[in-house]
Amino acid sequence: MSTRSIVPFGPQHPVLPEPIHLDLVLEDEKVVEAIPSIGFVHRGLEILVQKREFTEYAYVAERICGICSYMHGMSYCDAVEHIMNVEIPDRAKYLRTIWSEMSRIHSHLLWLGLVADAFGFESLFMQSWRMREKILDMFEASTGGRVIFSVNQVGGVLKDMDSAMLNHFVAELGDVEKDLKVLSKTFLDDAAVNNRLRNVGFLTKQQAHDLSIVGPFMRASGIKRDIRQLGYNAYKDLEFEPITSEIGDSYARCDVRIREIFQSIDLIRQAVGKIPSGDIAAPIKGMPEGEHFTRVEQPRGEAIYYVKADGTKFIDRFRVRTPTFANIPGMLETLKGCQFADVPILVLTIDPCISCTER
Amino acid sequence: MGVMNFTGTVLKNLFSKPATRLYPFEPREYTERTRGRVEIDIDSCIFCGMCQRKCPTGAITVNKNDKTWKIERFNCVQCACCVKNCPKKCLFMAKEYTEPGADKLEDTFQKILTPEELAKEEAEKAAMQEKIKAAMAAKAAAAAAEKKDE
Amino acid sequence: MTDGEIKVVTLDTLLVETMHFKEAGWRLMQICARSLKDNAGNEITYTFGDDLVMAHLRLIAEPDKKVPSVSHIYSSAFLYENEMHDLFGVEVEMMTLDFHGHLYRIKDAAPFKK
Repeated sequence: MSTRSIVPFGPQHPVLPEPIHLDLVLEDEKVVEAIPSIGFVHRGLEILVQKREFTEYAYVAERICGICSYMHGMSYCDAVEHIMNVEIPDRAKYLRTIWSEMSRIHSHLLWLGLVADAFGFESLFMQSWRMREKILDMFEASTGGRVIFSVNQVGGVLKDMDSAMLNHFVAELGDVEKDLKVLSKTFLDDAAVNNRLRNVGFLTKQQAHDLSIVGPFMRASGIKRDIRQLGYNAYKDLEFEPITSEIGDSYARCDVRIREIFQSIDLIRQAVGKIPSGDIAAPIKGMPEGEHFTRVEQPRGEAIYYVKADGTKFIDRFRVRTPTFANIPGMLETLKGCQFADVPILVLTIDPCISCTER
Repeated sequence: MGVMNFTGTVLKNLFSKPATRLYPFEPREYTERTRGRVEIDIDSCIFCGMCQRKCPTGAITVNKNDKTWKIERFNCVQCACCVKNCPKKCLFMAKEYTEPGADKLEDTFQKILTPEELAKEEAEKAAMQEKIKAAMAAKAAAAAAEKKDE
Repeated sequence: MTDGEIKVVTLDTLLVETMHFKEAGWRLMQICARSLKDNAGNEITYTFGDDLVMAHLRLIAEPDKKVPSVSHIYSSAFLYENEMHDLFGVEVEMMTLDFHGHLYRIKDAAPFKK
């Protein structure tokens, strides 16, 4: 007769990177059910939009999260620009695309490090983050900050990157690509890593569709969808295909993310080759009135931003539906039937960002 | 599936110099655009208070009568919003970050005028007072004339 | 439905319209609540998506009316509905997983309500 016990997991745990709490119902060593509990970092940023002018809220919007910070600020500015019918210059669109892709590379490298730490391979964790330092130095050279860039404004961007800086970045990214090829051999071929990642946390294509999950988590189960295909910013001029895998376990999610880093480096090369010259910001007049939904592809998946403005200098409602919010039900589904020691890996495979989820 | 994939990297790391910097003996070199701390050229400041209104965290306090400009160092998030909005462009971002500390740190800058500038300001104030007095007298005379006409 | 189309529904027609989307194979993207001035209730927007196309259902919920839950049709809706209840005070009945106001750890009830 197996015994049932309830084990609380989180929010403070040596192997858990984010403050999420799970109550795991265990039968011996197997997880039967998981009940989530969030709300440890709720800051009420959505109500702050009614107290800060709409031009200055961009600085608050980018502080929703530290890893995905660039895209939050950019999408808020994008939604307000659509409401005010402002068309930003093409050079600003390309600059935003280049910074978004660099943001994606640094987020995926961070995830690779955390997943290596979760199964105990500390040297691999340090090696991934050493590569990430190169990207953070590039951010500091171009925007002034390593984590929070403060480079978006309603109407365009605040800083420009001349062709010398862009070519220097492409050369640095070439070095990152070479190092990543060596590192990915360990992630994908090593026997110890394979034992921890293969056949853990299956999610079929039908389950993925029913639970409405997004991002690399969804693409690793076989659904071919990437919101960058909508063609916002400069993506309509760049060529790429969404990266998918048919297997649907944790190994597939790791594989999809590594291939996405290579794809991002290629996208940056394409963008630097095609960037036009011109202004970096358009002037804005008047107050916004109306509503708009913006969708972007964040490193973790699809994020939806809803802005409703009523004609004054304060926005009425700003709502961010982050990808982790949509992926939590999927994570609970993969936890059913897994071993207790696999719980940290499965929590990490959705790439959780609880700071974004709770704003 | 291999078992010795990481050995090459390990040996390379063992025999090359470390990836970390021996701080504080080896100081860090910041880039040109690094947003470290907010600095002000106090002699050009006109104390309009624009930076105080725009600051997202409310770290700046401007006092026009005392001619002081104050910033709470640990409330500032180095967003450079004040630098962008200053009409006289007297604010700029320096490269070095504020040193960590145990207590809250407040930096106050005071504008000290030279004797000629002080005298000029007094003269301007006196001229303004005269103008106001003359205008009020003219208005009183006009009102008295109207009353007499009724 | 065309991309970006908003269809207004009432408390009675909400579940039927949601089932139409489920049958057509659309996914639930988000549920967003907005507080209306002068205690007039909340405006709730349900967003559904099919590949890259997006469509919305809009519902005005008066202050004391209960909104039926769509979590029996789309199982991932329980998180959005609990969040709506905690922050805006919207009463949702028949949720598959009900936190009874304890999803977010906040002191005042319904702080986002105007």
